[in-house]
Amino acid sequence: MFAGKRLSKELLKLKEHLPPGISIAKSENLEEWQMDIRVLDENPLYQNQIYRLKFTFSSRYPIEPPEVQFIELPTTSETPRPIPIHPHIYSNGIICLDLLSSAGWSPVQTVESVCMSIQSMLTANTRDERPPGDSDFVSYNRRRPRDINFFYDDDNV
Amino acid sequence: MESDEDFMSVASSADDFLDTQASDDESLGEEFGDEFDGGFSKDKDIIATSRKPYEVDFKVLSPDDIDREQNQQINEVSSVLDLPPESSAILLRYGRWNREKLIESYMDHPEKTLEEAGLGTNFQGIPKTQVVPGFVCDICCEDGNDIETYAMRCGHRFCVDCYRHYLGQKIREEGEAARIECPGNGCNMIVDSKSLGLLVTNNLRERYHILLTRTYVDDKENLKWCPAPNCEYAVDCPIKQRDLHRIVPTVQCFCKHHFCFGCTLNDHQPAPCRLVRMWLKKCEDDSETANWISANTKECPRCHSTIEKNGGCNHMTCRKCKHEFCWMCMGLWSEHGTSWYNCSRYEEKSGSEARSAQAKSRASLERYLHYYNRYANHEQSAKLDKDLYLKTEKKMTSLQSQSGLSWIEVQFLDTASQALQQCRQTLKWTYAFAYYLARNNLTEIFEDNQKDLELAVENLSEMFEKPVPELANLKVDILDKTAYCNKRRVILLSDTAENLRNGEWSFNVDW
Repeated sequence: MFAGKRLSKELLKLKEHLPPGISIAKSENLEEWQMDIRVLDENPLYQNQIYRLKFTFSSRYPIEPPEVQFIELPTTSETPRPIPIHPHIYSNGIICLDLLSSAGWSPVQTVESVCMSIQSMLTANTRDERPPGDSDFVSYNRRRPRDINFFYDDDNV
Repeated sequence: MESDEDFMSVASSADDFLDTQASDDESLGEEFGDEFDGGFSKDKDIIATSRKPYEVDFKVLSPDDIDREQNQQINEVSSVLDLPPESSAILLRYGRWNREKLIESYMDHPEKTLEEAGLGTNFQGIPKTQVVPGFVCDICCEDGNDIETYAMRCGHRFCVDCYRHYLGQKIREEGEAARIECPGNGCNMIVDSKSLGLLVTNNLRERYHILLTRTYVDDKENLKWCPAPNCEYAVDCPIKQRDLHRIVPTVQCFCKHHFCFGCTLNDHQPAPCRLVRMWLKKCEDDSETANWISANTKECPRCHSTIEKNGGCNHMTCRKCKHEFCWMCMGLWSEHGTSWYNCSRYEEKSGSEARSAQAKSRASLERYLHYYNRYANHEQSAKLDKDLYLKTEKKMTSLQSQSGLSWIEVQFLDTASQALQQCRQTLKWTYAFAYYLARNNLTEIFEDNQKDLELAVENLSEMFEKPVPELANLKVDILDKTAYCNKRRVILLSDTAENLRNGEWSFNVDW
């Protein structure tokens, strides 16, 4: 109820005006949205690529942060969507970002502001690498992103 | 040879004692006197003094006491710094209740301190909920001219409903209280108790209060919660972590639970916390399995495969590398000449190293098992104590009806049962402690004390098991034995605690 009202207002606002490089891919219901983002500058790591973010909302959104991760669509599909390479993005699409944790989240944040934060996180990156321990994490992790205690040790990337 | 050495060391340390006693002040001399006697002639003194060497100062605090203590400090800081109490509380929590340091840093850099604590520097106006025309809430995106809103001094205004949801989430779901920040993005202002009081229900306020008290106790080094289930008391004790080398601070909560203030495990006097941890780890892991293997198996002298001999003759042929050797002396089989199957070559050099390594493992295992068996025995008995206690209660009731004794008159059984429990707990840990002690003349006194207590405990335990009709006649005996057990325990603990405090023990491990 709480989440529904706020999300419909967000959607209304987004449809009126979308920031550059951000578009809505799916927003039929108020539990899960998908957003496409692309990097605006010339960063060679992300040239000519579009990435897909999946937002999952609980009924307590926006008091509680949404669950946000990248999802992959195969290169053979009409809209191929890879997982961007980044030292804070695991190859299964899970993002290690302070603002998505309950401690770093502010209810003032929106789907739009989260997309923009992730956009700029990509823009600023110069390292062509995955987080340390990526393959282990990807093969053993069965937890949902919100239950993982990421250690935000590196504020530079 | 060995006994000569022992004698020498006894003599020399006795000299040391006399020297110390002569040169030091009187009170220290007295302490040494007790300790040197090993608690024989001065038993009475030890028992008569109000605080025994193994006891520490402590105070049990109820939740109300903790509240009072907190409020007192908050009010003090509030009047010194001329800040509202709810802000002083945030400052104190930020400074982990170190008043002096906090006041100093505030005096030096007031604005910086306030900013870092999450208070902001604007103290104008009294925050209250209000209706603001043309307001749009950034959380729920509702607008309207009749929405009740709230903002702290930082000015980030949200509707009261969203604020309430937000606080509920933080307090109930995340268990946060001391550092709930303003919902505004990137705003570090801490939600104070006054704002919270305006916004949330009584239920939530209570929970908030409990969480705050919890952080208060967690923040202070001199406070610890009683670890007993459902116990809501905390203990205040001045013993610091760095003192734990010299003292074993056992405290007792109002709920009767005895625990160590240093590590919050059950009372483990006389063994210090660090040794207790080492001992528990040793008992848990399989470091002694390795010792069993080396004590009961041998390695092939060539390829070091582990071999257990389970029968047959001494002529061993390693299954793996085909090396042929003698099981008895570990030497080459070919060196045995004609004295096959009857090795008499014990002094041969080729096997002596293997033999001595094995002997070491065997001795180490035996030593560990010696202490472990006794430790485990008392632990087992301590577990039976609970049954014993229940049985005691039954016995007391039947004793009342069978012998016509009054309730007061049968209380001696309860006293005896409690003494038994406590003494067994102590005895148990004397064995873990002894495992790490390096032998010297002090350990002999220690072992004598240990033996005396053990004997007394077993005697009492035996009496305790007697059938009910006999118990009434044994009352005086049981009372005597109980008193004796307690006395032996005091002596043992006093002796070990004094030596620990004075750094007299030597250990066979670093800790």
